[in-house]
Amino acid sequence: MPSATDNTPAIRFENVEKRFGDNVVLKDLNFSVAKGDRVTLIGPSGSGKTTILRLVMTLEELSDGYIFVDGDPLTYEKRDGKRVALKEKHRNEIRKRIGMVFQQFNLFPNMTVIENIIEAPVHVLGMSKADAKEKARGLLKQVGLADKADQHPLELSGGQQQRVAIARALAMDPDILLLDEVTSALDPEIVGEVLGVLRKIAETTDITMLIVTHEMQFAKDVSNRVLMFDGGRIVEEDTPEVIFSNPKHERTKKFLHAIV
Amino acid sequence: MTENFDELAAAWPRILDGIWITLGLTGGGAALAMIVAVTLGLMARQPNVLVRGTARTIIEFFRGTSLVVQIMWLFYVLPLLGVDLDAMVVGILALGLNYGAYSAEVVRGSINSVQSGQWEASTALSMSSFHRMRRIIFPQAWALMIPSLTNLLIHLLKGSAIVSFIAIQDLTFHVDQLRLDTSTWFAYGLVGLGIYFIIAYILTLVMNTLEVRAKHRLGRGESLREMLSLKPPRTTAGTGEPA
Repeated sequence: MPSATDNTPAIRFENVEKRFGDNVVLKDLNFSVAKGDRVTLIGPSGSGKTTILRLVMTLEELSDGYIFVDGDPLTYEKRDGKRVALKEKHRNEIRKRIGMVFQQFNLFPNMTVIENIIEAPVHVLGMSKADAKEKARGLLKQVGLADKADQHPLELSGGQQQRVAIARALAMDPDILLLDEVTSALDPEIVGEVLGVLRKIAETTDITMLIVTHEMQFAKDVSNRVLMFDGGRIVEEDTPEVIFSNPKHERTKKFLHAIV
Repeated sequence: MTENFDELAAAWPRILDGIWITLGLTGGGAALAMIVAVTLGLMARQPNVLVRGTARTIIEFFRGTSLVVQIMWLFYVLPLLGVDLDAMVVGILALGLNYGAYSAEVVRGSINSVQSGQWEASTALSMSSFHRMRRIIFPQAWALMIPSLTNLLIHLLKGSAIVSFIAIQDLTFHVDQLRLDTSTWFAYGLVGLGIYFIIAYILTLVMNTLEVRAKHRLGRGESLREMLSLKPPRTTAGTGEPA
């Protein structure tokens, strides 16, 4: 029975390993993200942060270990002591609880803004078109793009496209939202409008967030936990206050010094 | 010279019949080719070795053997096996299978060229692979495949002349009949050349229209109406000022 004091983590990594050929990106990784947590992953490029998000979104196949979403195995499970791959049907059920916003927005160019947002709610969740549209309009208002519903994605600026992508992810009512360097492809002066929208979502919802970003101020404002990665391992984890002003680990100090 | 045109006028009803036969072969062949192309093109992308292997075998077989041999085989060998097909059906079948095999590679390549971000975003939205293909990937791949498909369609039109091997009286057949009453250069050099060219040109225009529409749907390029309005394209200011 789920209850208010349900301690099952939203996401749990157990002995996760990810290799690309001979290149080991993640090695024996264990961590969990509690429900409602906002966790930011920082670290040099190539440290495996984005791979973690892609594993949770099932865009990459696990090389070894397990990932659990709200206690349910995502892609592999232990059966009689053996590691068994779960079927696509199962994966897709779990996937519905997870939303992702990408660095390159990835809006569908063959659809208008509102069609982008309602496509999955209507055809995946089986929502009625009218309900989905009403919800989409509400989300567009929330991200400040109420007047862009019938435009094509390529007619919008990068910042606007990314805000549509955020609305599209939220339209699925995910428990977990993955943000993969969502401002890295944007001009510096429009980074703020996207982060503003995300801050508001963080304040007004209890969606669990797993964030990869180079915007340290944003990480400080939004997250309650920061994990410092290097070489596919967590070298330090703490509250943003401690990590950003008083990091203990040499590697963290060096990294933060280099990027500020 | 004028008697040539008199002969042409006399032969015109028959040539018109031939044009319809050629158009029928081209249209039927293209429709079948498209079905074959999409089916084989999608199969050739499947992870399952059996499915992919089947598609590859069919594609390589029809690309690797001559269209003439295929058409003769369907017309003369199949009846020996108890399957007797109408000549027109044989023509459409051979053209459709042969050009379908070529087009399958175009379909496969275009689908693979759709940006990986589009696949990932649709996975992140929990779409099934069928839904993703139908609503997200194929509409985008379609815009990419049209130019190559146009080429193959023109090839198919001209390749349809091959049905004379199985005694179908298409455009080429009637042009050849005209040659007997006039001269080679008049029949082939003028009438045959001209009619095939006009048909090919019309097909190209139709396909270009499809391409403009498909691209416009992806938010690229102007709409068909804008293109046909003959207004000068919007340019940046400051150019073309008379001195």
